[in-house]
Amino acid sequence: MVGAKTTKISIHELTLHFGNIVALKNLNLDIYNNEIFTIIGPANSGKSSFLQSLNRLNDLKATYRKSGTIVIDGKDIEGLDIESLRKRVSIVFALPFPLPLSIFDNIAYGPRMHGIKNKATLNEIVEKSLQEAYLWDEVKDRLHIPAMNLSGGQQQRLCIARILAVEPEVIMFDEPTSGLDPISTARVEETMRELKERYTIILVTNNVAQAARVGDRTAFLLMGELIELNDTKRLFTSAADKRTDDYITGKFG
Amino acid sequence: MNVQREQKIAFSILFLCTLLVVVPVMIILVIIFVKGASALSASFLFEMPTNGMTAGGIFPAILGTLYLVLGAIVFAVPLGVLSAIYLVEYSQDSFVSRIVKLAIVNLAGVPSVVYGLFGLGIFVLFLGFGASILSGSLTLGIMILPVIITSSREALESVPQSFRIVSLSLGASKWQTIRHSVLPHALPGILTGTILGLGRAAGETAPILFTVAAFYLPKLPTSLFDQTMALPYHLYVISTQVPGIPENVRYGTALVLLLLVLILNLAAIILRYQFRKRKKW
Repeated sequence: MVGAKTTKISIHELTLHFGNIVALKNLNLDIYNNEIFTIIGPANSGKSSFLQSLNRLNDLKATYRKSGTIVIDGKDIEGLDIESLRKRVSIVFALPFPLPLSIFDNIAYGPRMHGIKNKATLNEIVEKSLQEAYLWDEVKDRLHIPAMNLSGGQQQRLCIARILAVEPEVIMFDEPTSGLDPISTARVEETMRELKERYTIILVTNNVAQAARVGDRTAFLLMGELIELNDTKRLFTSAADKRTDDYITGKFG
Repeated sequence: MNVQREQKIAFSILFLCTLLVVVPVMIILVIIFVKGASALSASFLFEMPTNGMTAGGIFPAILGTLYLVLGAIVFAVPLGVLSAIYLVEYSQDSFVSRIVKLAIVNLAGVPSVVYGLFGLGIFVLFLGFGASILSGSLTLGIMILPVIITSSREALESVPQSFRIVSLSLGASKWQTIRHSVLPHALPGILTGTILGLGRAAGETAPILFTVAAFYLPKLPTSLFDQTMALPYHLYVISTQVPGIPENVRYGTALVLLLLVLILNLAAIILRYQFRKRKKW
């Protein structure tokens, strides 16, 4: 890691409920600028709920309740207007969800919603975003074909480019490679490493090896509780908690 | 029973049922066409009725029906689509909203004569529009509202949730999301509802009976507050109320009504096709 660690997001006593189900219990942690913060843990351990609380996508669910605070750059997210929060804290979902539009219009969707109409500016944003997501060379001659025609791996990189186009500060990846082949996975991981130079990255993954490969720090969540949080190398070589060790060595989960 | 036999029997029953539905429709169409085609001529289509409707054309009725249908669509489509958007995208799932949705679905089954009486009470008498194109259009519009709301709701609900989530997660507002990621993909379905409503509005007699239709009015309406003749009512009148109308004039009128609905539907279907072509998933 380069330079001093500065805090980007600070989570304090965060508890999430969906109806009677507690998805996350008393979570306290800090996420630093320009790191890849990785979260591992079995299904139902609250990983995705955690991500979706950061950009308030959980608010769409009627039964959702939250207590505790999420602070980004010193400001509580409840005090920010929801559109600009979601612009700053963006998410890449497990399945690539291209909108039923052309490649170009998919990337330009976010900027257009934020009021950019100038054709030349949009062209520039689309090219830059696709290059940053390592997709430009593969699609530059067919920007106007439907995005749904791309392969799964390309679609996932399209989704990354679509997010980069709105110039976020934090990029959250929710099991971004669970549906991809090993080569596409390697490309997405490479993209993440590049992106961390300019963005803060939070990666939720079911793939323990992936966390070991790309994570700077790794948190292990189990049944909504933070079991252990440490530098990725340390966590994987000498886990303090037996449950962490069992999970990363494949004894359960 | 062996599987093959069972399959054959199932197929035959399904095929027969389809035949039972299609054949009567075909027979009706053929009879109307055969008996009515001889009446069709430019003067029949574009001239005033004369001689107590036993001769001349049916132009005022054609024009009247066109006005009424367009009026109903202009009134009902925006209102229906906007309320469907509210119901699907904004209203919380509560007891009241479920009652409202149920009520709308049930309204589609209310007999058209009831809408006619409603129109008479509200538009003709209470609001003082008199028997007029305005009253008739509004009455027909209210009659087709449930069809349009219900099909628009289904169209909106069939847009994948992921489109909304992606749009919101990119920082679009709720309205931007609806406007750019939901509505464009629901348009073909909304148009289907409009087509159904259109056919119904063109063909109904009861709602216009009290609110607009003139028995015999051989001149063209000049304003929204004029009465007008209309095809379905005219057909009823010449078939049952006035003796001595040649048979081919009666069937010709029915044929014209059918063709009119067909042409209106065709226009909407072409429009829908244009939207569907743009659909990329």
